[in-house]
Amino acid sequence: MSDPAITPELIAKHGLTTEEYQRIKDILKREPNFTELGIFSVMWSEHCSYKNSRLELRKFPTTGPTVLVKAGEENAGVIDIGDGWGIAFKMESHNHPSAVEPFQGAATGVGGILRDIFTMGARPVFLMNSLRFGDIRPDKPNAATNRRLLAGVVSGIAHYGNCIGVPTVGGEIYFDASYDGNPLVNVFCLGTLKTNEIRRGAATGAGNPVFYVGNRTGRDGLAGAAFASRDLTEDSKADRPAVQVGDPFIEKLLLEACLELFQHPEAVVGVQDMGAAGLTCSTCETASRGNSGIEIDLALVPQREPGMTPYETMLSESQERMLVIVKAGHEETITKIFEKWDLPCAKVGHVTDDGFMRVKNHGVTVAEIPAKQLADEAPLYKREATRPASLDERQKLDLVSIPEADIQASLTQLLSTPDLASKRWVYRQYDHMVRVGTVTNPGSDAAVVRVPTGENSWKYLAASVDCNAHYVAAEPKLGALIAVAECARNLAMTGAEPLALTDNLNFGNPHNPENFYMLQQAVDGLSEGCRAFDIPVTGGNVSLYNQSPAGPIDPTPTVGIVGIIRDAKHITPSHFQNSGDAIILLGNIGDELGASLYLREIHGIKRGRPPELDMDCEKKLHEAVRSSIRLGEILSAHDLAEGGLLVALAESTFGAKKLGATITLDSSSRLDALLFGESQSRAIVTTRPENASALVELLNLRGVPARRIGTVGGKDLTVKVSGPTPREFSWDVAALHKTWDGSFDSYLS
Amino acid sequence: MRWAVIQFPGSNCDQDAFHVLKNVLHQDVSYVWHKDSSLNGADAIVVPGGFSYGDYLRCGAIARFSPIMSAIKEAAAAGKTVLGICNGFQILCEAGLLPGVLVRNTSLHFRCETVPVRVEHPASRFTGDYMTGQVLNLPIAHGEGHYVADEATLDSLFLNKQVLFTYSDTQGRNVPGANPNGSQRFIAGITNREGNVLGLMPHPERASEKILGSADGLGLFTSILASHGTPLAQAA
Repeated sequence: MSDPAITPELIAKHGLTTEEYQRIKDILKREPNFTELGIFSVMWSEHCSYKNSRLELRKFPTTGPTVLVKAGEENAGVIDIGDGWGIAFKMESHNHPSAVEPFQGAATGVGGILRDIFTMGARPVFLMNSLRFGDIRPDKPNAATNRRLLAGVVSGIAHYGNCIGVPTVGGEIYFDASYDGNPLVNVFCLGTLKTNEIRRGAATGAGNPVFYVGNRTGRDGLAGAAFASRDLTEDSKADRPAVQVGDPFIEKLLLEACLELFQHPEAVVGVQDMGAAGLTCSTCETASRGNSGIEIDLALVPQREPGMTPYETMLSESQERMLVIVKAGHEETITKIFEKWDLPCAKVGHVTDDGFMRVKNHGVTVAEIPAKQLADEAPLYKREATRPASLDERQKLDLVSIPEADIQASLTQLLSTPDLASKRWVYRQYDHMVRVGTVTNPGSDAAVVRVPTGENSWKYLAASVDCNAHYVAAEPKLGALIAVAECARNLAMTGAEPLALTDNLNFGNPHNPENFYMLQQAVDGLSEGCRAFDIPVTGGNVSLYNQSPAGPIDPTPTVGIVGIIRDAKHITPSHFQNSGDAIILLGNIGDELGASLYLREIHGIKRGRPPELDMDCEKKLHEAVRSSIRLGEILSAHDLAEGGLLVALAESTFGAKKLGATITLDSSSRLDALLFGESQSRAIVTTRPENASALVELLNLRGVPARRIGTVGGKDLTVKVSGPTPREFSWDVAALHKTWDGSFDSYLS
Repeated sequence: MRWAVIQFPGSNCDQDAFHVLKNVLHQDVSYVWHKDSSLNGADAIVVPGGFSYGDYLRCGAIARFSPIMSAIKEAAAAGKTVLGICNGFQILCEAGLLPGVLVRNTSLHFRCETVPVRVEHPASRFTGDYMTGQVLNLPIAHGEGHYVADEATLDSLFLNKQVLFTYSDTQGRNVPGANPNGSQRFIAGITNREGNVLGLMPHPERASEKILGSADGLGLFTSILASHGTPLAQAA
């Protein structure tokens, strides 16, 4: 089969601009051939090169005393957690593949992030995910399609994670029409490793052999990175061949074989997984990092089917493959281990010192490109950014014209929404307990997992993923800042202090200045949040072009924060614990209704400015909760988020004992704003009644507004509001729980 | 006493079982690779959960051809203790060491949650530390845990007291809503006729430390220790 001629049409089809093509010719000092054109197109796609976002990403704080591997240096960042142990973690998206093939798209998303982690030499110990879909309620547009996507994504995640034996311990799922046709699938993985056993992805030492291990290469996932770097259209179904097919069993073997191999540091020079852009990316990136060159012969690559062209082999994104640079003379170490695990393992080339990525096929050179320029010198664009005129309009909110809804019915209705209802239907499909580390069940404010640091020695980590995209859509910088604050708040409630953050920036087409403005502002917000909490960004992912013919998604800069709880006895639950305990509200009473769940769901109004955020108050809240937990004063803690105070109170009654509460509030603000407003920097905690006044005093001293608002007990949640016209409401906890627990199932059956 | 934890390609609860035996019960335990042919004189063998051989073809169907399986069959015939958990239960059924088969959950979904499990009787080497009718909180995590056998087999399993565990509600009643996978007669765990080979779908190793929410599974391991005449190891 002869290669097609390079025409302007072919160049455009590869997503390369005329200027980019000229740059390629300048680098090569000649015209590229078809294979080389394909190689450049995937390496210079947004997915691999971050050419549109990299200038923005440079704003992130990435350093700190605990940072062992910085963002962008390797496949994942590494943070020191003490006693010679570190954690590698990262979040990555698989949005486009999941839109056209939800099961495999999501499954291979899990597979990809797992490889990013064990490539670093870390054993993956838990997974989380952040998902977005269009509405699934039967009366909403596209509900059947959205349910199919949700069911497919959940079973794909379950399929891969359950089989490989890494627990999926938490996550978040939200629904909004902006995700119709373009769901978001962001997957987070964390692994542990000894700090002196971090593996790097550099090819050094001319003459060292280059090994290919793992799954055979097939024609699946051809140019998936390029596919992920353009808008989804009506024709995207034709891109199904760009979706990879995952085999978690092979990945499990690859994981164990690699970790076994890494126990022989003398034999391993470098290692890199083959993810986006497969063989292309792993060869040129390892050479670039090693300031070396690399030469491989495709005839030596284990292949699933005969007759694959060099173009196909180089661009395939077949899963469960790794590239390992072995120290010359130690070839037998690697071949023996992979033989034990019955996995393909082949020497496909060697490291050179001429700086070229040279690809041969049966000895004939088919591509020859300077590795560094290919991997690291993709064009960088400073995109135009314009504040969307629609933002001002969206922020306008005339509360006077909005009547106060029936409070009694509203709580039940909010608890039944897909956003708030229990996600048990989802997480019970995930093995969330394997590896005997899961301390809190999914559904808590943050996941708490004990991770092994040596034999029968543990560290207690808390982790949470978060993003209220409605806030971001209404005011991107503030919305992104709130995402960081809320995620860190979730951690503080469990007793954890934050260590580091990973992010997944899901946005629309960056060529649209309004979309790019949202990205720019969100990055500013995330950066400000990280600086305030003094935590570094250790890496993440950018997913642009998230738009269907109906328009872009709501901008969704998902954040994942990992924290540490220094002592197991400080792990704090979110549910009420004992009858008679005092309930204390931390933070202001609050009355902001803008961009709230209440307005969206009860009044059908998607407007208003998000609640304001004072980072100083936020930090004081976290510090105060943590220190009170350490003093043993706090028995349960739950933050206030979507749905405000009343929803937080209801959720706190949903523990094993279903303990109710009686609450007394004194307020002159409108009742719906008091009960459902989403003002920031707030939490409810419980303490023994005899300690209540001392705790309130202590919290006030620490600069955190605190007041006792009620007592745990009984079978009802009763709320009394005094004021000019006293009001009283009461809900049967069992009935509320039934609504909350059963609604999600009812949308899916 | 000596324990062996078998590792098949795709086993993923092997390290959990090993941890409980080693660190919680302070036992002499070692891994045995599926390509080996010797159990190194182990008194008790754990066939752990996971997805051996990716569960391709049928759960446990390929694992039964692994070289180590003949050693396990010999050990079972010699009266050694064999404990198959989850995928291990499926393997023991496929290997013919236990009657019946495990098929797809009636919900067609993988299901992971802690469920009440009733102890049928304490007269076995696996349940000596429990009481009849005691309700344990044990995690399950499987897509194919629906136990099926013909009526005559089911009758004989109950008649011979081979059924050690059934799914129940928190009061210990075998009521319809309490069956997480559709297992016939609520069966969660059975032994062979001789009583030395147990297969169960719930994961006792995931419920052996309080910090994980339940330590109800520890009794299964301590029962085995007691039946082997080993003084009760100190639980952590």
